Amino acid sequence: MNNIGVLMTCPMSEYLENQLENRFSLFKLWNHSSPKPDFLKTHSSSIKAVVGNTKIGADANMIDSLPNMEIVASYSVGLDKIDLGKCKEKGIKVTNTPDVLTDDVADLGIGLALAVLRKMCVCDRFVRSGNWINGDFGLASKFSGKSVGIVGLGRIGSAIAKRAEAFNCSISYHSRSKKPNTNYKYYSNIVDLAADCQILFVACALTEETHHIVNRKVIDALGPKGILINIGRGAHVDEPELVSALLEGRLGGAGLDVYENEPNVPEQLFSLENIVLVPHVGSDTEETSKAMADLVISNLEAHFKGMPLLTPVL
Amino acid sequence: MNNIGVLMTCPMSEYLENQLENRFNLFKLWNHSAPKPDFLKTHSSSIKAVVGNTKIGADANMIDSLPNLEIVASYSVGLDKIDLGKCKEKGIKVTNTPDVLTDDVADLGIGLALAVLRKICVCDRFVRSGNWINGDFALASKFSGKSVGIIGLGRIGSAIAKRAEAFNCFISYHSRSKKPNTNYKYYSNIVDLAADCQILFVACALTEETHHIINRKVIDALGPKGILINIGRGAHVDEPELVSALLEGRLGGAGLDVYENEPNVPEQLFSLENIVLVPHVGSDTEETSKSMADLVISNLEAHFKCKPLLTPVL
Repeated sequence: MNNIGVLMTCPMSEYLENQLENRFSLFKLWNHSSPKPDFLKTHSSSIKAVVGNTKIGADANMIDSLPNMEIVASYSVGLDKIDLGKCKEKGIKVTNTPDVLTDDVADLGIGLALAVLRKMCVCDRFVRSGNWINGDFGLASKFSGKSVGIVGLGRIGSAIAKRAEAFNCSISYHSRSKKPNTNYKYYSNIVDLAADCQILFVACALTEETHHIVNRKVIDALGPKGILINIGRGAHVDEPELVSALLEGRLGGAGLDVYENEPNVPEQLFSLENIVLVPHVGSDTEETSKAMADLVISNLEAHFKGMPLLTPVL
Repeated sequence: MNNIGVLMTCPMSEYLENQLENRFNLFKLWNHSAPKPDFLKTHSSSIKAVVGNTKIGADANMIDSLPNLEIVASYSVGLDKIDLGKCKEKGIKVTNTPDVLTDDVADLGIGLALAVLRKICVCDRFVRSGNWINGDFALASKFSGKSVGIIGLGRIGSAIAKRAEAFNCFISYHSRSKKPNTNYKYYSNIVDLAADCQILFVACALTEETHHIINRKVIDALGPKGILINIGRGAHVDEPELVSALLEGRLGGAGLDVYENEPNVPEQLFSLENIVLVPHVGSDTEETSKSMADLVISNLEAHFKCKPLLTPVL
């Protein structure tokens, strides 16, 4: 398959790059964007696959520039950077990386909640500053037994629920429709969910409907003792509203893995002690990045051998 | 009961201080140690109860100085700062605060493991430094599915196991004897346990037998990919051996809540990124500190009203 052109949209995994280079004719978009803005025109007819991620996927422009594109294999489970409508229209297959990253993202969600409530990063700074000899750290807030609300009860939302239950948390959720086969309490209204829970996790897909699903009303309902954990997408949250709520004490705290304009993070947050900020690392472990890369490769190989895709979306 | 003398050994909870002041004739040892070293002699005969904690309990000296001591009510579950032999000999009752702090300590243990493996505190520093615009953070290590070893399968050890199971971790344990009614794998030899697990939690009581139970052999068996989480006592671990192992890369990482000489923490650790350091905050939440204080008060009131103690040790 070494003559099949595959376009990688940005650096995402050295292991994946190597695997793609060994099997295909790999084009790295970031090597070509300048000074050759017409790179896509020159090589476009040989490119049959695009490997994208949460930063750069396959939008309408790119799809239109690649007349022989057959498949988009995303190194992510989220599909918000792929123009699915256009792919469907052109009969382009789309695969993603579900399941292999579920545990990591759920782990990070719970880790962020524990770190915020128990002030773990603040404690770590405190010890390293040498200040412990001057007096004890103050009291933090208990995690076990708190009421948990989950927005989106898919694979990741369910994995968060399973973990939180082991901490004796009561679980409620909001989604487009009630899920069968679950004992968790369903809320058709997200503001009501936020009012009734102490820790709110964002774990749904980003679509037009869920853009800014966490808005001022939801934040105010969560309140001065409530904690927001976002392991979804930055665009799920009205970020300026979140920032003012945190600065004004209208929201108790937040654990954030995603932001509206990554890698930019609102600097007003940097001095706050009731938040934990991580740089979109939800699935960034050695183990999972390899598993995701292997899944991308397997989907591409299956496609070009005329075999069933492993994790098709379209 | 306002004429009953109660000695509080050090500051531990303002709420508890207030409650004791309202009910008893409260003596605060830290107000009296200087310039009146003979405070204990002056007031000693009126003191019938000692309220201690993990810093200052009731050692032989103190017990001998208080001829009318009837009860030691510890604001802790650990009893290592109380001379239990002397109390037994003199018929002095001892109570502690089990159960009410179990969840908090287990939560912190799991939180430390997640923070170490997923580099949460390092990530938080990275974001706040503004460095994300210069490039992505590196890969961390997955928590879910790792093999967990627990030393001491009491209340706290079992609570850790229950939580870790929700992360699909495989659970093994070491204790003085095999526990009935558990499916976890038992190791009579702690070095074998350390060799076979990836995350080792210290959750046993501190006794003469468990002093430095984590020694060089155990640390080497845990190895360069292993993580040690100590939410027990500093004296469980040979601290100099732990420090050299971390500096030399012979141990993969550590999450520490306790140290051999609190509040002093070995400064060579402060620059390491594969550890998380917190200042003995295992049960330091608003919720739990109040529950612990209420339990201390309830035990004292029960004793002085000649009713059964709620949580007697002796």
